[in-house]
Amino acid sequence: MIVYLRKREKMAAESISVYPPEIRHTTSDLTLANTWDHLLARWAVNRMGHRVEPGLYSLGNPTPESPVFVTANYTLSFDALRSALKGIDGYILVLDTHGINVWCAAGKGTFGTDELVRRIEATRLHEVVNHRVLIVPQLGAPGVAAHEVKKRAHFKVEYGPVRAEDLPEYLKTRKATPEMRRVRFTLKDRITLIPVELVAVLIPLLILIVIGSKGAVAALLAGTVLFPILLPWIPTHNFSTKGFILGGIVALPFAIAAFFRHPESALWLRSTWALVYALLIPSITAYLTLNFTGSTTFTSRTGVRREIFAYIPTMAVMFGAGLLLNIALMFVR
Amino acid sequence: MFNAYETNTLQYDPSLCIGCDVCVDVCPHGAFEMQGRLAYLINAPACMECGACQLNCPVNAIRVESGVGCAAAMIRAALTGRKEPVCA
Repeated sequence: MIVYLRKREKMAAESISVYPPEIRHTTSDLTLANTWDHLLARWAVNRMGHRVEPGLYSLGNPTPESPVFVTANYTLSFDALRSALKGIDGYILVLDTHGINVWCAAGKGTFGTDELVRRIEATRLHEVVNHRVLIVPQLGAPGVAAHEVKKRAHFKVEYGPVRAEDLPEYLKTRKATPEMRRVRFTLKDRITLIPVELVAVLIPLLILIVIGSKGAVAALLAGTVLFPILLPWIPTHNFSTKGFILGGIVALPFAIAAFFRHPESALWLRSTWALVYALLIPSITAYLTLNFTGSTTFTSRTGVRREIFAYIPTMAVMFGAGLLLNIALMFVR
Repeated sequence: MFNAYETNTLQYDPSLCIGCDVCVDVCPHGAFEMQGRLAYLINAPACMECGACQLNCPVNAIRVESGVGCAAAMIRAALTGRKEPVCA
């Protein structure tokens, strides 16, 4: 009984404060399991479950002089960092962002000053290294106030480049070029987002495929697959108008086909069939493209709010009118 | 043609600037640039209101109503009556 209690006490004590603080080891190598995990994350499978244990990690054979890199406890963030640091000895301080990437977590404040200060203290970082510098990813800055960290934890925050892949170059001079400081949204970045966009509309998409509504399926695919690819080349600035344009182009063949499907019918009937497509497809596509603002790297809240007020009523009226006409035409036929 | 993103809530008071360079470092869209010993707001329309510059400016020379520019989150917040738009 006594032995049992002692064991329990020991375990309880360990779970509260591990001393010396545990430093886990990691490498720069990505395994097949890592790649599989990344693939699942990109397809939004178990979206909140791609986590790394928060805390301090050693990479290679670090000394007390080695640099400390800060990241989020999302596998894609952690793996991007460690795989970019091939051949570099250092420490990785993983903040608990609940499995969210650095930029999104910083926007929410979970990748933030409080968590950073707490994690520095919990890992006793000041005993592990003899310098007082942290390399924090630039995109962590919306959550971290560098001067606050200095005041509270006595560590100087140095904002590294946006992309982990630029770290080896950055470490040579400890200076990021303007190019390293810019966030991009390349074709590759946008294509990477397509699976997540598709999964977001998966249930309606499957239902529409089953009931054979080709126009609606095309509208969904235009908004989730074509739009991310074509984004910079579609005219106008606003995402809604880009969506109306893309949806309009997609609707065109459907409208034309509907118009010529029953040449024996009355002209008004054939025109109304065409109109249904012209109303429904662009409104659905535009709604999806407006929602794509959340996936981009550059839309401001002010701009998105303006778009919502300016275009959502139009989308709703078009969709409602298209739906009513569609139902009415079912009775006519 | 109406461009919803032409203006935003970013405001900068250069008279308070101490030339620490942090706004230039944290902005992901190059809105600020060092000219001599002070930072200048050279591309305000590029601002996406992430709030990094405001949070990191040690002399509070920058003001921006930061938030996530995501229509889905904002529409969801409006529909559910939540104040703060968040990711699904």
